[in-house]
Amino acid sequence: MKTTSLNQVHRDMNAKMVDFGGWDMPLHYGSQLDEHHKVRKDAGMFDVSHMLAVDIKGEGTRDFLRQLVANNVDKLTQPGKALYTCMLNPEGGVIDDLIIYFLSESWFRMVVNAGTSDKDVSWIQAQRDKHSPELKITPRRDLSMIAVQGPNARAKVWQVIPGAQTATEDLKLFQSIMYEKYFIARTGYTGEDGFEITLPERDAKQFWNSLNAAGVSPAGLGARDTLRLEAGMNLYGQDMDETTSPLESGLSWTVDLKSERNFIGKEALLKTEAKYQLFGLLLLDRGVLRSHQKISIQQNSGESAGEITSGGFSPTLNSSIALARLPIQVSIGDEVQVLIRDKALRARVVKYPFVRNGKSLI
Amino acid sequence: MNIPTHLKYTKSHEWVKLEEDGTATTGITNHAQELLGDMVFVEIPQVGRILKQGEECAVVESVKAAADVYAPISGEVITINPELESAPEKINEDSYSAWLYKLKPSNIEDLNDLLDSAAYQKILDSETH
Repeated sequence: MKTTSLNQVHRDMNAKMVDFGGWDMPLHYGSQLDEHHKVRKDAGMFDVSHMLAVDIKGEGTRDFLRQLVANNVDKLTQPGKALYTCMLNPEGGVIDDLIIYFLSESWFRMVVNAGTSDKDVSWIQAQRDKHSPELKITPRRDLSMIAVQGPNARAKVWQVIPGAQTATEDLKLFQSIMYEKYFIARTGYTGEDGFEITLPERDAKQFWNSLNAAGVSPAGLGARDTLRLEAGMNLYGQDMDETTSPLESGLSWTVDLKSERNFIGKEALLKTEAKYQLFGLLLLDRGVLRSHQKISIQQNSGESAGEITSGGFSPTLNSSIALARLPIQVSIGDEVQVLIRDKALRARVVKYPFVRNGKSLI
Repeated sequence: MNIPTHLKYTKSHEWVKLEEDGTATTGITNHAQELLGDMVFVEIPQVGRILKQGEECAVVESVKAAADVYAPISGEVITINPELESAPEKINEDSYSAWLYKLKPSNIEDLNDLLDSAAYQKILDSETH
């Protein structure tokens, strides 16, 4: 099993470890609920070193990315700016969702998911060989990544990295900066303020321990999942994959179909009409929504019109929520039925995100 | 490992206590709650339901997953634990005091099919190795 540089640290902190797509990762350190609340109310940290930074260097990098990804990298005008995007296959399916950081005209960094990283790198290299053989593509397994998230996250990072406050307090959301050995981005996957910090693998343990000493609690993949679900953020492999269109996955806002620019998957997207969309669900009856549960939109028909892609218990709302792929005819406020075991439970279609910056939006 | 010696166990991680009045109290083991993590929802069979040994009769759901709970012995459900609907986390705090339901056994011999604490311990050892 693959391990991050913090593996022993997690074990020393009594983490319950799980196999996460071939990586031995912490699920929780005692209570997933406590970790969740700590991030919403104070500050928590996640080892996300299983994700992969991929550096793309060379003069034509921007041109290469213009056709590689569905969002438009021309939105990246200021160095340090980040962009969330999908990388599509020619059929318009999602190979991965990722963040691109614009560091300079000859250096962009992509951060891709752990489970898809090998396939992503092969795909990017193949496209490079075809279109821009002069570009250099470097997977950065020598780097560790720690996400520090929560209302007090930035202040705690400033306590731990001397001088970082001056360098990073003016960073807006989705901006980043290189500061000494740290690459600090004001991004995250929780719906809270905070930083995602990339640093050399050998320095990760000391940094983690210093954050912990400053009062930042470790949080595992369990809390990461409930936090991102409340924040209405997609999870690759659940809410979308190579067989689903971003336009039917709540990701239309990341797909630039307006500019003249051609990108891989564009033709396929233009040809097909979206029939489904992702909607938020709030369970009205008692129970817990889970992925793959079927949804009926006609009262008592028992007929499935769609299914839950991500579901779970929302610790902030103290009820169960989900993202579900349903026909576009469904409207916010509709009541639908979720088929759970031998029952049909009532759920309301709601707008998501469910929670942002510690507050319920429902 | 927390496995009280005065209880009987199933391979599917339920515990049973035979009370002095002849009724039986049941719940899930400490091992089961540890595996599942933070509990958020419990569905308990209704009072009056007749259960057959081994039948699916309750569901416990944690933040992580849903798990079926099986009837350790046959009998009629006579009381359910009213606390668990609003406070499922009691199971995490102490799964042996946070019982799910009590039943009136229809066949006391069923208890002979259950494991004592040592035998249950062996099952756990074989699961973790």
